[in-house]
Amino acid sequence: MDRIPILRMGNLLLVTIQIDLYDRLATNLETDLVQMVNKTEAKGVLIDISALSIVDSFMGRILGNIGSMSKIMDAETVVVGMQPAVAITLIELGLELKGVYTALNVERGMELLKEKIGNYDEDLSDEDEDSTE
Amino acid sequence: MKIVLSKDRMTIEREQDVVPFRNRVKEYAVKIGMSLVNQTKLITAASELVRNMLKYANGGVVLIEVLSQGRDSGIRLVFTDKGPGIKDIPEAMKDGFSTGKSLGIGLPGTRRLVNEFDIKSTVGEGTTVSIIKWKNG
Repeated sequence: MDRIPILRMGNLLLVTIQIDLYDRLATNLETDLVQMVNKTEAKGVLIDISALSIVDSFMGRILGNIGSMSKIMDAETVVVGMQPAVAITLIELGLELKGVYTALNVERGMELLKEKIGNYDEDLSDEDEDSTE
Repeated sequence: MKIVLSKDRMTIEREQDVVPFRNRVKEYAVKIGMSLVNQTKLITAASELVRNMLKYANGGVVLIEVLSQGRDSGIRLVFTDKGPGIKDIPEAMKDGFSTGKSLGIGLPGTRRLVNEFDIKSTVGEGTTVSIIKWKNG
């Protein structure tokens, strides 16, 4: 069965959605992510939706569910990379992405997650110091 | 006056039909040169309506028409199902109303995304929803 890959980066999980999801794939992602949060004890989930050409109420609900489920598993969720046309459509449709944080791109999303999580994985925070010098 | 330039028909029976259907609508929207924002609105509206059709009526048929009116062109989508029908259309068009497990933004939300929206329903016979998105609308 098709699966969206979930990458682990320190205490974060990274998901890049590259194709327009059909429903089964989206609900699989929901359960896979929650299980991965449990297995890896991840503190943050970053979902890149830059390749999604539309987000309808079904997809919105999946993203919201992922956020809420992760939250009760003690992980924060950030959705990044939303296309402007998608954002315009979402607002007119009346859909709020409840339960998730959003950021403009992967880089900003990572920063936001680090902020939310607080004491960050050691080797990753070292990397961070290097880059600010 | 609206002139129908082309007609296409697609049967929706399973959730796997949603993505190919969205792609088909996108092809027509691109062909008439619709802007990306309008394309996204149209496809999102189509996606909501096709889901309603699957959820409440186990599918149905969608007619895809390319229209021309004066200098403008557009896409008309007509969703026809033989489901249970909607008892109270004004109630179903209210924000936050849902008999299913959805968020209740389907119909009113969809209406906001398109230029023309028409719904007809007979209890026990089925529902027909027709939407038009103009290229420059």
